Amino acid sequence: MKKLNTFIAFLILLFTSKAFAALEIVITEGVDSARPIAVLPFKWNGTGMMPESLSEVISNDLRRSGKFNPIPESNFPQKISHVNQIDYSAWANKGVEAVLVGEVSEVSIGRYLVKYQLVDVIRGQITGGKSQMMSNGQLVQASDHIYVDKAAEITANQFRRYAHTISNVVYEKLTGTRGAFLTKIAYVIVRDTGNYPYQLVISDYDGFNEHVLLSSKEPLMSPTWHPNGNLLAYVTFENHQAQIFSIDIYTGQRKMLTSHNGINSAPRWSPDGKQLAMVLSKDGNPEIYIMDVATKNLRRVTRHRAIDTEPSWSPDGNSLIFSSERGGKAQLYRVDLVSGKKRRLTFDGEMNLGGSLTPDGRQLIMVNRTRGQYHLAKQELSSNVFQVLTKTRLDESPSVAPNGGMIIYSTLHNNRQVLSLVSVDGRFKARLPAKDGEVKAPAWSPFL
Amino acid sequence: MRLNKTVKALAVALPMFALAACSSTSEESEQSQTDTNSQQSAMEETVQVTAAEREAMIAEQKRQQLAEQLEALRSEHIVYFDFDTSTLNSQFASILDAHAKFLSENSNVNVLIEGHADERGTPEYNIALGERRAKAVETYLQNMGVSSSQISVVSYGEEKPMVKDRSESAFAKNRRAVLVY
Repeated sequence: MKKLNTFIAFLILLFTSKAFAALEIVITEGVDSARPIAVLPFKWNGTGMMPESLSEVISNDLRRSGKFNPIPESNFPQKISHVNQIDYSAWANKGVEAVLVGEVSEVSIGRYLVKYQLVDVIRGQITGGKSQMMSNGQLVQASDHIYVDKAAEITANQFRRYAHTISNVVYEKLTGTRGAFLTKIAYVIVRDTGNYPYQLVISDYDGFNEHVLLSSKEPLMSPTWHPNGNLLAYVTFENHQAQIFSIDIYTGQRKMLTSHNGINSAPRWSPDGKQLAMVLSKDGNPEIYIMDVATKNLRRVTRHRAIDTEPSWSPDGNSLIFSSERGGKAQLYRVDLVSGKKRRLTFDGEMNLGGSLTPDGRQLIMVNRTRGQYHLAKQELSSNVFQVLTKTRLDESPSVAPNGGMIIYSTLHNNRQVLSLVSVDGRFKARLPAKDGEVKAPAWSPFL
Repeated sequence: MRLNKTVKALAVALPMFALAACSSTSEESEQSQTDTNSQQSAMEETVQVTAAEREAMIAEQKRQQLAEQLEALRSEHIVYFDFDTSTLNSQFASILDAHAKFLSENSNVNVLIEGHADERGTPEYNIALGERRAKAVETYLQNMGVSSSQISVVSYGEEKPMVKDRSESAFAKNRRAVLVY
């Protein structure tokens, strides 16, 4: 009986801890060539249970990056918590190239000291962890097999955050690219029931810490992040016409930015945050405008009787990508904001929409329609090499992570709109199913 | 236009009715004191009152007629579009003609045209497409003599589907413009 009770208590614990993630990431296509690493459970020096498992969060982060394959615990040749206990050959035999070890010590009530090391298994095997080097003409002990050796004191509610911080350190050390594990996503949930079916929501990139910013009786669209990471701009129909608002995610303060006759759509902040590109139809049909946020002065960028929409800034802020039907069906164009010159960029498929550039400015990410199917695609700007990235149905609203590694987008799964992830190389795919409602219009935050 | 006149007539007739009512009561209170001579004037008052009532009845009839007409129009107020187009299909001409006739005869009535799209294509593109559909209806009504001041337009793109399904038939139901009174 007691055992059963403990079991039930454990189940409840399991479910409550699961309940924190409003969106749970399910990997649908892994990468065989992902680099094998080992994330060992951090040793616990304290009373009771560790507030939250760091290694589990880190392991999930690294796996979801599509770059790493953390090997299962059953394959660990040894269980250690410090680099000086490591058997390099044992790990090398498992094909593991790096090992993360660490420990957590309760230093006072509610305060914890986390120490961890990231170890280069191959280098350690060569030098036996005892390499020597010349320093000021003397031979000294070196530890070039240890990538990282860090310690920090945290509180109980900082465990998830600190785990993501460690993931960022590991990712950057091993790939040379900044990790995006401490970022957030904004999205819109639409429910069938309730007085306020439309919600503007933010959460951690992995779906944890979901927070409803705004609930509305009328549609909400196109959330987009200010580069400072504090503000969102979005479209609302709360006054029975389209208007662009901004909301401060930490104070909840809202401001109306535009309320012109007709369409007020597709807002995007400039990289310096001083301007907002948008679509207005106040002068007849949908055209791209840039508004100076401080003065609200508008500059008209396009002038064509066909639909022009979906402006997106180049990382340098000197040009906009936009969708236009000026050539027949919708294709992507680029307008130089200094010369005003426009150039068509895409020619593949029946239609291309929703274009944006990766943070390095080299790849164009878009929604491509080929034989009636809508999939994400990318085009390398220098070579025009075109690649379809997804196989899901009705894919739309791609938003690229600030480190350029992953794309979050909206798609159909079991007749419901859900968020999904695909790596920019197209090899890694995952789904973020929600508990209920249609989830759409995801926007990945800048580095926070 | 005709309704406008009725309203104007009512505006004149109603205060008159009120005045007449006022004067008749004061007459009556005077009458009760003794005067028998005022029978005729009271008769005149009665005639006047009846006339005003008839005017009010006509106005009421008109109002009911308008309500019935609106009711009829509300039951046939959606036109559907082919995929990714904003061209009006000729099969909906009779519906739009009825709305145009009603609106041009009742210049004090306003209509809101909502433009909608199916889920295919990006939400932001569909806002533009929805507006183009609503504007196609607006232009049609204007060409049939409806004043542009009576018409307003809003596009909801793919945000307010009529049928929440992802079949071809659901998509067809969602590609629409709706006339709302």
